[in-house]
Amino acid sequence: MTRDYIRERQQRTGWLLVTPALLLLLLVYAFPILRAFWLSFFTENLSTSLEPVFSGLDNYGRMAQDGRFWQSMRNTAVFTVFTLIFELLLGLIIALSLDQAFRGRGWVRTIAILPWALPTALIALAWRWIFNTEFGVWNDLLLRLQIISNPVNWLGTPDWAMVAVIGADVWKTTSFVAILLLAGLQSISQDLYEAHAIDGASPWQSFRQITLPLIAPQIVIAMLFRFAQAFGIFDLIQVMTGGGPGGATEMVSIYIYAAVMRYLDFGYGAALVTVTFLVLIAVVGITWLYLSRLRAKTE
Amino acid sequence: MTTAPQTTAPPQTSDRGIPWMRVLLWAAIAFTVIFSLAPVLWQVLTSVKTNDAITADAVVYFPGLDQLTADHYLDLFRRNRFYIYMFNSALVSIVSTVLCLALGSPAAYALARLRIPGEQVILAIVLVVTLFPYILLFLGLLEVVRAFGLANNYLALIIPYTAINLPLTILVMRSFFQQLPKDLEDSARVDGYNTVQMLWRIVLPMTLPALVTTGILAFIFAWNEYLFALTFMTREEMKTIPVAAAQLGGTTLFEVPYGPLAAATVVGTLPLVLLVLFFQRRIVQGLTSGSVKG
Repeated sequence: MTRDYIRERQQRTGWLLVTPALLLLLLVYAFPILRAFWLSFFTENLSTSLEPVFSGLDNYGRMAQDGRFWQSMRNTAVFTVFTLIFELLLGLIIALSLDQAFRGRGWVRTIAILPWALPTALIALAWRWIFNTEFGVWNDLLLRLQIISNPVNWLGTPDWAMVAVIGADVWKTTSFVAILLLAGLQSISQDLYEAHAIDGASPWQSFRQITLPLIAPQIVIAMLFRFAQAFGIFDLIQVMTGGGPGGATEMVSIYIYAAVMRYLDFGYGAALVTVTFLVLIAVVGITWLYLSRLRAKTE
Repeated sequence: MTTAPQTTAPPQTSDRGIPWMRVLLWAAIAFTVIFSLAPVLWQVLTSVKTNDAITADAVVYFPGLDQLTADHYLDLFRRNRFYIYMFNSALVSIVSTVLCLALGSPAAYALARLRIPGEQVILAIVLVVTLFPYILLFLGLLEVVRAFGLANNYLALIIPYTAINLPLTILVMRSFFQQLPKDLEDSARVDGYNTVQMLWRIVLPMTLPALVTTGILAFIFAWNEYLFALTFMTREEMKTIPVAAAQLGGTTLFEVPYGPLAAATVVGTLPLVLLVLFFQRRIVQGLTSGSVKG
């Protein structure tokens, strides 16, 4: 009797403690997504005097025909795939070296997480300056090393602009990947390596047969986080190139922002948000399944 | 043998003493340091160079004394009233961080200890929500901001910043509460404390280190946010640092004030550099427990 009573009271207190946080999450996360979904069935732009007019699937039909949308999706995919690959490789190298013992490791770790902590918009300014055609230090270094013979207009040439924004994002977020992977590495018992070495395994074999399988969950989680952030990248691109030149670095987020804020096309913007959300959720869902299977295997 | 944590562990290089492993390690360390620092240092160097040195034909790597100046920094505060943006950023970040801790830690405690029905569902939602990019939220939030007339009001940033930091706060604090010895709370209950009293008098004081860790992360995310600040704050005196700095350059590629831009970057990143210098260990700890253990 009393036990039930205490439990009931505990649960009531529990709900009381959780409710404010949940309400705020609903307001800031659930409402905007549901609202975008609802609004995506309406036309609300300058032609309707910014009044919502029900138009069924019109926005989605328009999207299917919209070359700019597909281009932005392609750009986003390219950006996401390449940043993830480089971040994983570099992050692994940094994590592996930070996992070793050496003098000054605390300092190196501090330096390594610095890029992650700095504001992306300001970092984008820094990179825009580095990639400046005329006075930029990147061109100067490449010219001195005789890798190029003439200054390259990095942010003004479509393919190079994409390379530049990928480079800047890799710089900014590799440390995040490294931190997560380092946590995984540090949870591996040293005994495993010693036993493996006694069996005559080379460091490379140890890496392939012990390290990689054991940090696989961390790799997947880090990549999941990075995927979501890269897929929705906004500030870096907006400040560095604004999506240019000629839409060459226009990501889906930049297009959404332009549709809403510049063209005041709220219905279409909402449809863009909805589709982006669905793509994101699909990838996250698949990764989630994979991750739980991976965990089931290692446990 | 060495199960001890990294700080006391002996050098882990191969016992067979292959020197190239050591060489490789130092190469990787050198790469890490240069890779992470070079762009920041270049910005610092640019910010103290005179305009002539910045736009010299040959890039100046080691400016002489006559090529150094503090003008770009003075400009920021005299001409661009940068202290206003700093104040806005600080206010919005600090208030949202405090709010986030105040709302998030009780929720985290409930999710760690009070076994409420639907706990797993709430946790799953919190986890998934950390993955949503802000661009998915800004259209709906824009309508909320308009409906309540919050444009150019600090609340237009404080509310979303509190919310975007809640998932991380809940995850980090929950994993902390799970590690707290339960005996303490049990004996508090025997002493006749109810849940809220116990939280306030016993759990909270012990929780301070975890609150600091979470608070630092929340502050960083709030200080760095760009999209909402760009959209909801249009009046000059309400802007935050990232937006104000980005607009300093204008959109044209010509006549860009490189020096003040670099100085603005340095000023806007300095608080975060200090945070990283002092709290590096906590940041790492918070990030890993927020995303891995959760």
